[in-house]
Amino acid sequence: MEGLTLSEAEQRYYCDLFSYCDTESTKKVAPNGRVLELFRAAQLPSEVVLQIMELCGATRLGYFGRSQFYIALKLVAVAQSGLPLRVESLNTVKDLPLPRFVGPKNEQELRHTALYSSDADNSTPYSGVIPPPPGRVQVKKGSVSHDAVQQRTSTDQQESTSPVVSPQQSPPTSPHTWRKHNRHPSGGNNERPLAGPGPFWAPFSEAQPGSSTTGDSIWSGHSPPPHQENWVSFADTPPTSTLLAMHPASVQDQTTVRTVASATTANEIRRQSSSYDDPWKITDEQRQYYVNQFKTIQPDLNGFIPGSAAKEFFTKSKLPILELSHIWELSDFDKDGALTLDEFCAAFHLVVARKNGYDLPEKLPESLMPKLIDLEDTTVVPVISEVGDQSGEVGYSSSPAEAPPSKSPSMPSLNQTWPELNQSSEQWETFSERSSSSQTLTQFDSNIAPADPDTAIVHPVPIRMTPSKIHMQEMELKRTGSDLANPTSPLLVKPPDLSEENNMSSSKFVAGNTVADGYSSSDSYTSDPEQIGSTVTRQRSHSGTSPENTAPPPPPPRPHPSHSRSSSLDMNRSFTVTPGQQQAGVVAYPPAVPPRPPPSQGAGPHVHRSVDAESLITHTSTSPQQIPEQPNFADFSQFEAFAASGVNEEEEDEIETHSEVLQVEKPSDSAGSLRVAKTDGRVEDKAAASVPVNAGKGTTPLAPPPKPIRRRLKSEDELRPEVEEHTQKTGVIAAVLASQPSIPRSVGKDKKAIQASIRRNKETNTVLARLNSELQQQLKQHQP
Amino acid sequence: MAVCIAVIAKENYPLYIRSIPTENELKFHYTVHTSLDVVDEKISAMGKALVDQRELYLGLLYPTEDYKVYGYVTNSKVKFVMVVDSSNTALRDNEIRSMFRKLHNSYTDVMCNPFYNPGDCIHSRAFDNMVTSMMMQVC
Repeated sequence: MEGLTLSEAEQRYYCDLFSYCDTESTKKVAPNGRVLELFRAAQLPSEVVLQIMELCGATRLGYFGRSQFYIALKLVAVAQSGLPLRVESLNTVKDLPLPRFVGPKNEQELRHTALYSSDADNSTPYSGVIPPPPGRVQVKKGSVSHDAVQQRTSTDQQESTSPVVSPQQSPPTSPHTWRKHNRHPSGGNNERPLAGPGPFWAPFSEAQPGSSTTGDSIWSGHSPPPHQENWVSFADTPPTSTLLAMHPASVQDQTTVRTVASATTANEIRRQSSSYDDPWKITDEQRQYYVNQFKTIQPDLNGFIPGSAAKEFFTKSKLPILELSHIWELSDFDKDGALTLDEFCAAFHLVVARKNGYDLPEKLPESLMPKLIDLEDTTVVPVISEVGDQSGEVGYSSSPAEAPPSKSPSMPSLNQTWPELNQSSEQWETFSERSSSSQTLTQFDSNIAPADPDTAIVHPVPIRMTPSKIHMQEMELKRTGSDLANPTSPLLVKPPDLSEENNMSSSKFVAGNTVADGYSSSDSYTSDPEQIGSTVTRQRSHSGTSPENTAPPPPPPRPHPSHSRSSSLDMNRSFTVTPGQQQAGVVAYPPAVPPRPPPSQGAGPHVHRSVDAESLITHTSTSPQQIPEQPNFADFSQFEAFAASGVNEEEEDEIETHSEVLQVEKPSDSAGSLRVAKTDGRVEDKAAASVPVNAGKGTTPLAPPPKPIRRRLKSEDELRPEVEEHTQKTGVIAAVLASQPSIPRSVGKDKKAIQASIRRNKETNTVLARLNSELQQQLKQHQP
Repeated sequence: MAVCIAVIAKENYPLYIRSIPTENELKFHYTVHTSLDVVDEKISAMGKALVDQRELYLGLLYPTEDYKVYGYVTNSKVKFVMVVDSSNTALRDNEIRSMFRKLHNSYTDVMCNPFYNPGDCIHSRAFDNMVTSMMMQVC
């Protein structure tokens, strides 16, 4: 074993080769395995190989030690340079080129010598790949992109070897090999991003010939940049013939060469690629190219490409529309009809793939998914669109909250961090997915289910109201609100109404809107105008009036003797009747229950008042005969009865008169509270006249009073359903109140009349109240 | 659940029609065609009401002894018709509605594709997949 002097390059190269062959790291390599492969790759005749092995002493040792290995390599170089194999030649031959090894290692890009060790390291996982001599073969390491730059400098040296090299670098004929090319980190061709895709992109751009020739020139001028080759290989390798038309002829020539040579390497390449990357990964230069293309359409990298522009662009690729449609479907991740940068790159990549004959996937590959690390986005895994994207253009991310960590500078670190990133991002993503999903949102958006207006919650419509009306509405609201909770609310509401003289509406409403339907009031509010006249649906009509903005609530109808059962009819008619009309004019009374004879009879007629056109005419007539005609005036009669009973028993004429007055008063009171119109004067007169009369009657009807009341109540009930409810619940007073509201409801017309009647009633009330007090005093005096 | 799903264009020609028991396809085609009359009737019944107020889901168009036909119209007068097997008793109205909603969403996605010209037949694979998922639930 002679001493071996190796140049620095040789030293390094041999060291790498040795490391490569030394799979077991035993510092000695057996002739089998990689060494043999290596020697075979040297493309030397087998005898020569044997000779070399003999010379280096491996045969003696049975293995290749490092020195033997180095000697062998040197001898290979010697043999390849055509010199006779002599041991002496090892040291004598100067400037011996490094041994060339054709074969699997050819895929690797040329590396700068300085990077040689790293290449060797990286290449170890490669099966059957031998790191090419520096500057000789472009070594493509899938992972190390930074090598690319340095490699370029060495590519220039390879001109002479390019014809030889090219086969080594020949693009794989199989999809796997294509993928491997894809995977290559740009192979140092960042500087010529456009040139690379240029020839491929011929159909896409008008300047096709120029670009293709450029590519060719570059290709011939330098060791073909790997990515260019890749690109061209994309164009070349596809089994489909369609692509051939795209390629410049020169490229095709080389293609053939490459394809032939690459056949042998296909397996290794396949192995390599599958062990590494996702076939759909986008390499650096590819991405760069895509970005540039994106910029031509949309200068803002964070902006969108509208669908129409994208359509034009991709149509240039001459793919069938159906496939383009599918590509769009895959790549438009958020289904917004526009492409972000990521989506565009994915689409472009898919087009490239399709052009190269690869079938489109059914679902978007992970590596192409846009990075949507965004709370607003639904997506999924943040993808490292390319391994080792070192350009660090965070702008690539479609979403502002892009996670830069996904781009790690080096493959190994990337591989290590990827799982964690993946997990964390996935977790994060899934969280965001759960929290908010744009896709779901878009679905919602497109989910046009118009809110059915009918199902809208009915709520009271605000209305301008007169004070009385306001009060009425308040009561109404109170009732509706409380109705839900407290069915007795109307009851609660009523008593206050009694006391309120001016709130005919309140009493009316209290009566009307009962109970049964808390919502009716709200309904009535909204549906008011229609229901004013309809007394049939009392409840609604009750509430119906409230929303009448213009008309103040009509005074509650005074219980009208003429009113009997069909109060609705009565009311209508009564409303139509002029205010001046007396009871006779009022309505056809339904056959009234024969009133209980009378104490109230005397007072009845007195109290009789002509109801307003709208309202029930409350008869405060003291005449008993009129009592039956005043079913609504049960209250009055009741009062009359009370007054009569209270007074009559005690008194003589005075009492009677008082009672009459009382009776008059009472009915008038009730009438007043019922908001009956007019009859003020009459009442007063009658009151004065009837007091003595009533006084006499006062006591007697004590017992009976309840009956007529009840009867009247009953009649009232017949008249008004709401009144029924009221009466059921409440006492007479309630009934009275109930009776009243029904009348004014239909009013709306005689606002002023009603208001006038209200005033009159108030006056009457005060008068009667005075009288009442006097009579009460008398009663007390006379009572034992 | 559905045995046949069809998307019909505004001019009443089918954009997409697919049925599960392939031997009876003609029958389903015929059924869908006849149901268009009912759809038109329901649309016109809305009449004066604005389109906005018209609900997209038309509901049961008509039942036969074997199956029921449901309809759905979009605002652009594209109709979806779904034929379901009557033996599927558990199929509630809500489910039908949700199926139509999904159909509508997928159709919208198809529309968003710039390479799709309105009026063309729908070849979208995503749409196909969605329809398959809806139909395969039966079998």
